Amino acid sequence: MTDEESSLPDESETANSGLQESQDQDVVAIDSATSVLEADDVSDGSFNAYLKGSLTKLRSGQSGLLPILVGLTALVIFFQLKNSLFLSVGNLTNLLTQASYLVMFGFAEIWVLLLGEIDLSAGYNGAIGGAVMAVLAGTYHRYPWWLAILGGLAASTAIGALVGTIVIRLRIPSFIVSLAFLLGLQGILLKVVNFDNYQGSVSVLNGPLLDLVNGNLSRTAGWILIAGAVGIYAVLVIVSDARRRRSKSEGAPFIITLVKVFGVAASGLVLLLVCNANRGIIVPLSGIPFCVPIILGFLITWKFLLTRTRFGRNIYAIGGNAEAARRAGINLGLNRVTAFALTGLTAGAAGILYTSRLGGSSAAVDGGQLVLLAVAAAVIGGVSLFGGRGKMIHALVGGMIIAIIYNGMGLIGLDAATQDIVIGLVLLAAVSVEAVSRRGSTVRA
Amino acid sequence: MEGGVESASKDVDQPLLSLRGISKNFGAVEALREVDLDVSAGEVTAIIGDNGAGKSTLIKTVSGILTPSEGQIFWCGERVALKTPREADELGISTVYQDLALCDNLDIVANMFLGHESLRYRLLDENAMEAAAKVTLNSLAVTTVRSVRSLVVSLSGGQRQSVAVARAVMRDAKLVILDEPTAALGVTQTAQVLSLIRRLADRGIAVLVISHNLNDVFTVADRLAVMHLGRMVHVGPISEFTPQTAVEIITTGTFVGAKANSTRSQPSNAGDRQ
Repeated sequence: MTDEESSLPDESETANSGLQESQDQDVVAIDSATSVLEADDVSDGSFNAYLKGSLTKLRSGQSGLLPILVGLTALVIFFQLKNSLFLSVGNLTNLLTQASYLVMFGFAEIWVLLLGEIDLSAGYNGAIGGAVMAVLAGTYHRYPWWLAILGGLAASTAIGALVGTIVIRLRIPSFIVSLAFLLGLQGILLKVVNFDNYQGSVSVLNGPLLDLVNGNLSRTAGWILIAGAVGIYAVLVIVSDARRRRSKSEGAPFIITLVKVFGVAASGLVLLLVCNANRGIIVPLSGIPFCVPIILGFLITWKFLLTRTRFGRNIYAIGGNAEAARRAGINLGLNRVTAFALTGLTAGAAGILYTSRLGGSSAAVDGGQLVLLAVAAAVIGGVSLFGGRGKMIHALVGGMIIAIIYNGMGLIGLDAATQDIVIGLVLLAAVSVEAVSRRGSTVRA
Repeated sequence: MEGGVESASKDVDQPLLSLRGISKNFGAVEALREVDLDVSAGEVTAIIGDNGAGKSTLIKTVSGILTPSEGQIFWCGERVALKTPREADELGISTVYQDLALCDNLDIVANMFLGHESLRYRLLDENAMEAAAKVTLNSLAVTTVRSVRSLVVSLSGGQRQSVAVARAVMRDAKLVILDEPTAALGVTQTAQVLSLIRRLADRGIAVLVISHNLNDVFTVADRLAVMHLGRMVHVGPISEFTPQTAVEIITTGTFVGAKANSTRSQPSNAGDRQ
């Protein structure tokens, strides 16, 4: 869905000429008006047909995650060649925890980006969620960890819903409303971290709350988690693909189902082996970081909401053509406010991860930087800023890329200035590819 | 006017939709003045007229976007008040606007079911929707789309029009209103859409078409309704008109052709024709 042709210049050239050719052919095919709706090359579900369909999609600019994964692989190889520590188990696990809050902020921003809106206040909103959690669990209140988390999430959700309500009710562009909130929430954050005589900094002393990012599952728990997740995934995919084939819906042939299942199983196994290996230097240390199942949980739940429910379909429809959605009887206001609230909720979760990672909250949290990285993560992953196009997985990949670049450049000894310049260039490259492919995909229309 | 209403509702072969004395004012501007129109099932009725004749205002009153200032609307002989598009939709009145109201980022199936998705255990039932979409497209002989899972952004203008029409048909529309369906299309695609309109009428659906293109109108319409400056100047079977006379009525607002060509000279009131 990212509609990118390629992240590599030499490939995009050939892809472009291929695109031109395929469009010419398509016009001929359309005008000759042959009955192809039920033709074998779409609905018989054979492997060749699937491959052909994918190739057509690729050439018409719907290349999905492919280019961005190619870019990610290139980055990994580059950093590993420059510093052999990059792919060490210690650094890889570190990378996961570094990426965790970026990815989560990216998930948050996707809800509003899909509507064609933006929420600049999500960074400070998340920071407030984390700070509220820290205060609730802190010395003066000592609420249990789960209540503190619920409190933080509730605060962020409410703020997100408020931003959305103002945008919808007063019909002010979300850019301006959320900009006002970005400025205002900075002050609120100061108030929260000065609550209860805290002097501008609240430490997290509660074990489970620190463990959210810094703690690890036991090796056995890791095995159970991965085996369970892969098992459930396999059953769901096989059953749903089988039903698609039975009802003669268009979809992947069985071999692709198998490839998907094995791909997920292999990734799970790699994750497990990397995290379960001993990465301790003085004392043994191993296990999957807690943030991994948290991130995966959000990814799966949000993906489910977006792709399997009427609400998710409405979000895409509003982002694609709000007027069409309105005429189809979709309640624009309710759906939009819900999306803003979900942005707030997810930002709260991200802020809680961030607070847990830093071991506390303070006035020094830069919510502006956090939200801009969140937008960057989503866009690098392939989410469109114009609304209607993007998936949750894009924030995962985009957030990982940003984390890899910071981590890798740190390892090879580049200074912060260079790191920022490179991140800027990567973002620019990603949106350029998106813009070019967008042009490509609308030529025929 | 009341007499006309009585006869319209008692008629055995009553029209699906009857408009009686519809007027619409926007402040001091009279967009519609006492418009009468009957639309029957299985017929293609074309509304023609110059810019500002009130064609769009008229269909907006039928599709529930505008409420008439005066006049009555009868659906299957019963008086109805179409206050919202949803009410019109529930009666079986579907409007395909000129901009088609499709979401480019969604596929054909998702667009056809937009706002009316089939659910299974409260989740989207993609298989059922895909099957139903295929049945509808096939029944309308829309055969040029490669896959019902194609994104609408990748479709040609004619295919988009077909998807928009198919969406209306799938929701069991009894009256499909098309606003300038061929305005942006090439020759081949225009032919496709016109034959699609014909098939709609052959299925027993009433079709109301607004068009500027007299060629298209004379190809596809069974009846013509000519408007001029907010008034319905003349309604009659297509045989009463030639492109020449049609142009004359559109520009002058008087039915000169009737005196010259037709022996069945009659007042310009659709209700009195029966």
